[in-house]
Amino acid sequence: MSDFLKLSGASSSGNVPADMTMRKEAVMNSVRNELALANVQELMNKASDKCFVKCVTKPGTSLSSSEETCLSRCIDRYFEAFTLISRTYKTRLSKERDEQPSQ
Amino acid sequence: MDNLKFDEATQKELATFLEKEQAQARLNSAVHNFTAMCWDKCITGTPSTRFSRGEESCLANCVERFLDTSLFMVKKIEEQRAQQLS
Repeated sequence: MSDFLKLSGASSSGNVPADMTMRKEAVMNSVRNELALANVQELMNKASDKCFVKCVTKPGTSLSSSEETCLSRCIDRYFEAFTLISRTYKTRLSKERDEQPSQ
Repeated sequence: MDNLKFDEATQKELATFLEKEQAQARLNSAVHNFTAMCWDKCITGTPSTRFSRGEESCLANCVERFLDTSLFMVKKIEEQRAQQLS
């Protein structure tokens, strides 16, 4: 209830037009979308680089089926590596943060 | 024209939101770098349908040891600077 009162102090129905709230949401969503897109693009670029190096060792006139098999496994593993490393890094960061005050 | 501006509270909220998103983006960019770096170090064979146990632990160790390395370097340089000052 007190949270609600605090919120309504800043944005009681008459003060903040619904229009502004909508524009705020629109700005937030477009920022989120842009960043998510940039993240996926970065991941795809890196995965293409790494998997090309690994799987297409001697480029022929077309991709062979074994190269394609390698590429599809490689991209799955690259995504898996990204997820694993992201989790490891986040765990480490929160551990460091917990230790900070006691030092 | 005035109704195209955000009020102060909304501006603050957006600033906080952007800071958070920027921090998240920095974190993601670090993870991209680590992944590329540790991929080269740990995945030496042809990619299989799943990681071997060795590859998986190598990836995790790789991140941890890289962070240890950064901390170590900072400590080392601080020690050297302290020596030079004394």
